[in-house]
Amino acid sequence: MAEPLLQTYALRKEFGGLIAVDDVDFTVPEGSIVSLIGPNGAGKTTFFNMLTGVYKPTAGRIVFAGEDLTGRPPHTYTQRGIGRTFQNIRLFQNMTALENVLVGMHTRLKARLLESIVRTPRVKHEEHEARVRARELLQYCGLVRKDEEIGRNLSYGDQRRLEVARALATQPKLLLLDEPTAGMNPQETAEFTQFVARLRTERGLTVLLIEHDMRVVMGVSDRVTVLDYGEKIAEGSPTEIQKNERVIEAYLGTAAVTAS
Amino acid sequence: MRRRISTSVSAAWWAMLGAAGLDRARWRRLPRTTRRAIKAAIWVVIGLLLVWGGGVWQWSALPMAAVILLLVVPRYDRLTFRGRRVGRFVVPTGVLAIAIAYPFYASSNGAVNPGMPQLPIFGPLPQMSTMVGMAVFAMMALGLNFVVGYAGLLDLGYVAFYAMGSYMAGWFASSQFAKQDVFFGAVGVTPGLTGFHFSIWLVLIMAGIATAVVGVIIGLPTLRLRGDYLAIVTLGFGEIMPQIARNGDSLFGTGFNLTNGTGGITPIDPPGFGNWIGHHLHLPANYLTLGTNSDRAFFWTALVLVLITIFTSARLRDSRLGRAWVAIREDEVAAAAMGVPLMRTKTWAYATGAFFGGVGGAYYASYNSGAFPDEFFFNISVFILCMVILGGMGNIWGVLFGACFLEYLDQEGLSNVGAWLNGHFGPGGSVFEVWHKTLQVPLYEFGIYGVIIVVIMLFRPEGLIPSRRRAAEFHEGVHDQPLYDTAA
Repeated sequence: MAEPLLQTYALRKEFGGLIAVDDVDFTVPEGSIVSLIGPNGAGKTTFFNMLTGVYKPTAGRIVFAGEDLTGRPPHTYTQRGIGRTFQNIRLFQNMTALENVLVGMHTRLKARLLESIVRTPRVKHEEHEARVRARELLQYCGLVRKDEEIGRNLSYGDQRRLEVARALATQPKLLLLDEPTAGMNPQETAEFTQFVARLRTERGLTVLLIEHDMRVVMGVSDRVTVLDYGEKIAEGSPTEIQKNERVIEAYLGTAAVTAS
Repeated sequence: MRRRISTSVSAAWWAMLGAAGLDRARWRRLPRTTRRAIKAAIWVVIGLLLVWGGGVWQWSALPMAAVILLLVVPRYDRLTFRGRRVGRFVVPTGVLAIAIAYPFYASSNGAVNPGMPQLPIFGPLPQMSTMVGMAVFAMMALGLNFVVGYAGLLDLGYVAFYAMGSYMAGWFASSQFAKQDVFFGAVGVTPGLTGFHFSIWLVLIMAGIATAVVGVIIGLPTLRLRGDYLAIVTLGFGEIMPQIARNGDSLFGTGFNLTNGTGGITPIDPPGFGNWIGHHLHLPANYLTLGTNSDRAFFWTALVLVLITIFTSARLRDSRLGRAWVAIREDEVAAAAMGVPLMRTKTWAYATGAFFGGVGGAYYASYNSGAFPDEFFFNISVFILCMVILGGMGNIWGVLFGACFLEYLDQEGLSNVGAWLNGHFGPGGSVFEVWHKTLQVPLYEFGIYGVIIVVIMLFRPEGLIPSRRRAAEFHEGVHDQPLYDTAA
């Protein structure tokens, strides 16, 4: 196997006395789909926030595509190729769908202040291209004829789709999805699972997702990592994880293990 | 209460239409253009009646009304020319034409044109000196709009940039540094005067750039802060600058006279194109030698500066940078996660805003021929902020309107209203004597602005002419949570 795309070494985050993430070593191989699961409050989202630079780790290192990104600001992570969605949808609610996607392209566009004022041919061309690509992305994510719709007016499902479209607009190598199917009905969830698989085959993306729905996790993941109280308690293929005693214990309590 | 007001307005509206023999159903059946025309015509007629009844009637009010009707009634926005939508430029161009023509209408040889109608309560239309102030403040308000309106950063110290611009003009276009003797294109300098005398056009650019640099210097440590904290720190900087100006006649006790203390720097060179360009391009060589018509030249030049500011505002609003500003305003965390560098983007907003504050300040200093420290108090920051809020944050036309209206009130409007109030209700008032001592309305200036802002915030928080997006934000809110431990 080639060098992993993302690697963390003893990544740790403390909030005051609380240890949210406890020395987690973690790898995401290039081209894989990896799931991060764990009970509520296990530190999954905190872990995600560190992987995107939103939180600065207390200790440990994050290496992405061979480059140490620890302590860099969030936009550097995006620039290097980590795109993300948010658990509680964080669209730019008063911007149109198209504008949301265009903001996602920020690091991939070059127009500078003075050029934008003069609107040089290069800027004009770039802006035109960006709009064309943004429309394609919206279409790709299933938002048909919603370009000019204001973010807040979109249906819940469409808002989720727009979050993905916006993340894809950053042209990521690694896409982080934070509970993307939360609030979706079974059919939407099944569609979304297929969509994630398509992202890998059609766009060559590596995907890391936090998920509660085990059908999604077991359906698409190559590997599953389990966090509990900030610690990594298990790692392996979906079938291995399903049988892992510590995992069952974490989810259902010790009694469940003894009973079986 | 808001609803009750709009209900009574519409009730009055229907009553008027009913009197004209149009009931609701018939009104609705009319084509939209006709309804628009009727509505506008009724408003204009009401306006004319008010002028006729309460102001001073002059026949020149009629062509004025005709021009307004022509601007408002037709739906220019659908107009296309060879497939390009030129319609949206019609109304702005019309407004610009009125602004350009206004000096001819308003004044002749420096005196107020006696053929001008006077409004009820507000009295005569603004004089040329007021128009110059309105243009300069429009420019500064548009500058502040980059920071407050676009990027959503509350800046309570904008006066610092105004002061910086003014003093740049003071340093590089006067005899402040008498030991130096640099002359570069300045006009109207008495022979033998030393000091820096750069051409005022160059000084404007220098002032803009220097102020933008100051903006960046202030911005770098403060823009990491959010919301209230940022406001407090900018407030501090807004206080520091005039203090330096007031006490800068012996900087750090070295005897180096930077700002000439409370006396201020005066005189500052006037604008002008010099003899050579003036002769060949028929532009005024020195604005002050135009005598009674110099205010016209000052006003038109200010108008050009405002146009440049509007152009920049519109271009940046629709650019990559403008989108990033709005994104930060809406949700910092999401913006950062989408690759928007927070510090850099905010600093650009600050620098751009500061640039126009500086240019405006330098130009105004040249117009007033002086930079005086008592012009740069905190209330100016609030004044400019009020312009932005009153008109509509983030909307160019709104901010323009807010700036023009408030500056007009400040210069003329309030004293005119005061005179009207005293004349009717004051000592020996023509209607009824309500108070027995002359009321000095301009003294209550900031109280009145406060009331205006409170009323706006209660009934129309998005401003009089809001941007669509800002209106939505005010009514639906944004979820803007702090970016935890990374402000970097």
